Amino acid sequence: MARRKLVEIAHARSGDKGDTANVGLIALDAKHYPVLVGEVTAERVKQHFSEICRGKVERFELPNLGALNFLLHESLDGGGTISLKADPQGKTYSAALLRMEIDVPDDL
Amino acid sequence: MIRIANGQGFWGDSLEAPVEQVRRGPIDYLTLDYLAEITMSIVQKQKARDPKQGYARDFVEMIARVLPDLVERRVKVIANAGGVNPQGCRDAVAEVVKRLGFQGKVKIGIVAGDDLMPNLDSLLARGVELKNMETGEPLSSVRPFVQSANVYLGAWPVVEALRQGADIVICGRVTDTGLALAPMIHEFGWGKEDWNKLAAGTIAGHTVECGAQCTGGNCQVGWRDMPNYADIGYPIIEAEPDGSFVITKHAGTGGRVSIPSVKEQLLYELGDPREYITPDCVADFTSIQLADAGPDRVRFSGIQGRPATPFYKVSVSYSNGFKAAGTLVYSWPDAFAKAQLADRILRERLDRIGLQFDAVVSEFVGAGACHGLKLAGTPPADLPEVLLRIGVRSQNKNAVDRFTKELAPLALNGPPVVTGFGSGRPQVQEIVAYWPALMPKPEVTPEVTVTEA
Repeated sequence: MARRKLVEIAHARSGDKGDTANVGLIALDAKHYPVLVGEVTAERVKQHFSEICRGKVERFELPNLGALNFLLHESLDGGGTISLKADPQGKTYSAALLRMEIDVPDDL
Repeated sequence: MIRIANGQGFWGDSLEAPVEQVRRGPIDYLTLDYLAEITMSIVQKQKARDPKQGYARDFVEMIARVLPDLVERRVKVIANAGGVNPQGCRDAVAEVVKRLGFQGKVKIGIVAGDDLMPNLDSLLARGVELKNMETGEPLSSVRPFVQSANVYLGAWPVVEALRQGADIVICGRVTDTGLALAPMIHEFGWGKEDWNKLAAGTIAGHTVECGAQCTGGNCQVGWRDMPNYADIGYPIIEAEPDGSFVITKHAGTGGRVSIPSVKEQLLYELGDPREYITPDCVADFTSIQLADAGPDRVRFSGIQGRPATPFYKVSVSYSNGFKAAGTLVYSWPDAFAKAQLADRILRERLDRIGLQFDAVVSEFVGAGACHGLKLAGTPPADLPEVLLRIGVRSQNKNAVDRFTKELAPLALNGPPVVTGFGSGRPQVQEIVAYWPALMPKPEVTPEVTVTEA
């Protein structure tokens, strides 16, 4: 097992709906998708975003795209127009998720 | 096969993109998305000041630039530029058509009926509660503060305008995906229950609705060697009658259409991927099959959909207090510590004056503002500079206004060494909040009118 940052094996894009941010996480190489499914759980993402996400985290799987979609509820200080944050639409949360470190089998 | 180009991802996107889409290669349709949620309240205010306004004026100027090309190349235009005044937008475009000598050669269609404001009270009175989808509260609780209320219409009224021969279709609040789906339905004769095809056209629309965000813009993969960002090509759908399509861009433009670039856009603002709900269908993003189809070409196939729901989504905007945010820039040495001290001083002064806010948010740009210190880590002590950004929110406009006057004094009466006052006091902004709701489809009658300019 090797400890690797998600940014080495995945890319991402994030956006908003009201006070919920979505973060799509995509394996750069299809062989890493099962590792993402196993390691990047809703619980771990909630923990990772503990300073940012005050609500629950939901996870959806898109095996056809080698991607996971996360919904981070209550994460934008009220959402787009209400928010006082520098990033009121969570546009940079994609990169924030890529900071996470996970265990990747050596043969991958 | 038909080519549907997107030339505008939001009101404020590149003014050149729609012109380039028309001139730099073959297309059949040009779609333009002007309406974000916030836009509806802005155009509603513009209309209140001047009944002739309330639409995207950029659109009229764009038509004035490209009309000869549109006529010569037989390109049709579909845009939700009508805002809350599609008729006003139509009249302004008709003026342009006459001025440029194309009178009698261009048919303009309008899609309206989305604006609920004229009938809002009668709707509420007859029991359409427009409950907030997140909180369950009825709209009556904020009725006095409502600024706009619009139904998201789908593709079918646009199809009707095309069927009546419109060359330019000006819509109110039609979904972004509906703008792109409509020409496929019209050209290929798709039916109201061809759910897989409707879902395919919807997903094509989702892919292009944010303009260059699917052609290499804002794409994390390969940004260092992204070809010619300055001349980035906007997306084109090459749609087939069977529902498959290719996403591409004009030859010779910058950017890159790749599997990673379209995957990122597919995931943008996505909720449950199996339940992408539009007025036209429910699209299943887990059915999408992507294939590399040559340079700057990605083929989509296999898309499945399910029947549309019996509801339209409604977006209501309402006034919900005031906010302001200001910034100060602290330089080395000890930039972060000084910015943090300034933040504490400012908060203490706000307390001493007796101002109360619903929220005060301080962030340190350059020292973890985007991701927070837990994820970004403790910044090094010798940061060259840090930007303190502090914002307040309140129902009390006077309190927010008073806050905007407390930042500048810190230049002379706070910690050293500070700059960044050039743009003056922060502006007090009215907060326009959103109220998402559903309403039964039979309550809404889309209105389609097509006339010669």
